[in-house]
Amino acid sequence: MNIHTLHNQYKAALVKEKRLVRFYQLLIFIAFFSGWEIASRFKWIDQLIFSSPSKIWSLFLTKISDGTLVNHLSITLAETVLGFIIGTLLGTLLAAILWWSPFLSRVLDPYLVILNAMPKVALGPILIVALGPGFTSIITMGAIISVIITTIVVYTAFKGVDPNYLLVLQTFGANRFQTFKEAVLPASFPTIISTLKVNVGLSWVGVIVGEFLVSSKGLGYLITYGFQVFNFNLVLLSLMIIAVCATVMYQLVELLEKALIKNDR
Amino acid sequence: MNFLTINHVDHTYFSKQTATPALQNINLSIEKGEFISFLGPSGCGKTTLLSIIAGLFPPTAGTVLLEGQPVLSRDELSIGYMLQQDYLFPWKTIGQNITLGLKLLKHDKEASLSTAMKLLQDVGLPGVEHQYPRELSGGMRQRAALARTLAVDPKILLLDEPFSALDYQTKLKLEDLVSETLKAYGKTAVLVTHDIGESIAMSDRIYLFAAHPGRIHKVFEVPNELRLLTPFQARNHPSYSSLFQTIWKELESLEHSYTA
Ligand SMILES: Nc1ncnc2c1ncn2[C@@H]1O[C@H](COP(=O)(O)OP(=O)(O)OP(=O)(O)O)[C@@H](O)[C@H]1O
Ligand SMILES: [Mg+2]
Repeated sequence: MNIHTLHNQYKAALVKEKRLVRFYQLLIFIAFFSGWEIASRFKWIDQLIFSSPSKIWSLFLTKISDGTLVNHLSITLAETVLGFIIGTLLGTLLAAILWWSPFLSRVLDPYLVILNAMPKVALGPILIVALGPGFTSIITMGAIISVIITTIVVYTAFKGVDPNYLLVLQTFGANRFQTFKEAVLPASFPTIISTLKVNVGLSWVGVIVGEFLVSSKGLGYLITYGFQVFNFNLVLLSLMIIAVCATVMYQLVELLEKALIKNDR
Repeated sequence: MNFLTINHVDHTYFSKQTATPALQNINLSIEKGEFISFLGPSGCGKTTLLSIIAGLFPPTAGTVLLEGQPVLSRDELSIGYMLQQDYLFPWKTIGQNITLGLKLLKHDKEASLSTAMKLLQDVGLPGVEHQYPRELSGGMRQRAALARTLAVDPKILLLDEPFSALDYQTKLKLEDLVSETLKAYGKTAVLVTHDIGESIAMSDRIYLFAAHPGRIHKVFEVPNELRLLTPFQARNHPSYSSLFQTIWKELESLEHSYTA
């Protein structure tokens, strides 16, 4: 057998394995939803609480056609994306400031620890009173929940950059800003991307909790409303939509990752 | 006037628990175009001295003058520093890596690029400017690092064990390349090494250091007939082995004086 046929066999095996993975993934998906549907039809589970895929689907269709769902979804999505971006950018900026001034970072260290340990959603009521019950306070919730942990993780990455890279720049007479731009920031891209992935989930938490509290618009509002009128079709529909949107956001971050660090080792 | 003068340099590292004397009373001077080696056991302060010459930090006492001016107060870039590993930036292409120094000095982009191409040619790496460091072998990367160091046209090159991470054959080839390139550009250089053979083959003068605290133990002049040869040819010359023996014995006696 020559190398060519061996290589083809190897590639064929790869394709086969990939198909098998996809097959089982699809199988789990189908089994879950059909099991749910069947259990609901035969009343093995309480229809009132657990609903069923077909009911959720028909509710989805009506809510789409009367336009309310798109309205709520777009509000929540905008809040989440903004909260996510602001939280990550602000966290990275704070990390850069801490890196810039080691003295400041030593001064602020215990405060960062306290802020990080504090449950940020507990700030919700204060935010809503201070900023008004609406868009601004919900975005702030989405951002505040991720900003401190981003600061801590990214700052640690900035500090962990191999000092020899900094030495190379120092021998070229680079100033602190140039050192940051040429070595510290690009060397920390992988860490920044992984905090982005964490922040996707965190900002959804912040925004949904914010909408619970404000209770006027958005998917979080739909969940509390469904809960209050005991319409669990609505609760589960909102949950499904959140799951899909969060997954899409995660995938977008992965695309960004591929674009940003394709040159890395 | 000497090109580089080191006067009564002492250096001590301080930490909360200890003060480590790393260098004691170092005096030496280097002429323009000379190639000098610092040879000695681990921990004898070679890297410390090189960093002080580079002006990375001030010595605890003493002065370092380059062309009569203290290195720390010079504002033009005059030092090229090469490390044991290449430390090419993995997210930059070879071309971007080599022009990095010029970019920081705000040189014209086009001119920098043509400098980079010429240097890549000189170090035997034509046509790799669009590749990334990970696509190159260890030896090629160290050549690229040499090109990056030379790109800013430094007055003096400081080489801290630049060949020690390479395999033997690559190391021999690179010694020749560095030696010839530096001669062609008329550069002054200081090489730090653990390798007696390398110091003889490459340099004009060898400073043998002793440790605890780091100080100059002895100075060896490399005979003229070896200086004229390439490092590879020098290694096969009869005077090479006699000098090797002399330095070897000296190093041995240093070690004995510790254990005794
Ligand atoms: N940043 C530092 N802080 C404290 N002590 C240091 C520091 N750098 C070096 N030393 C100490 O100073 C002494 C000289 O170190 P140096 O790195 O200059 O030696 P070297 O000759 O380059 O050794 P090697 O051949 O292993 O590279 C050693 O005892 C070392 O422990
Ligand atoms: Mg050293």
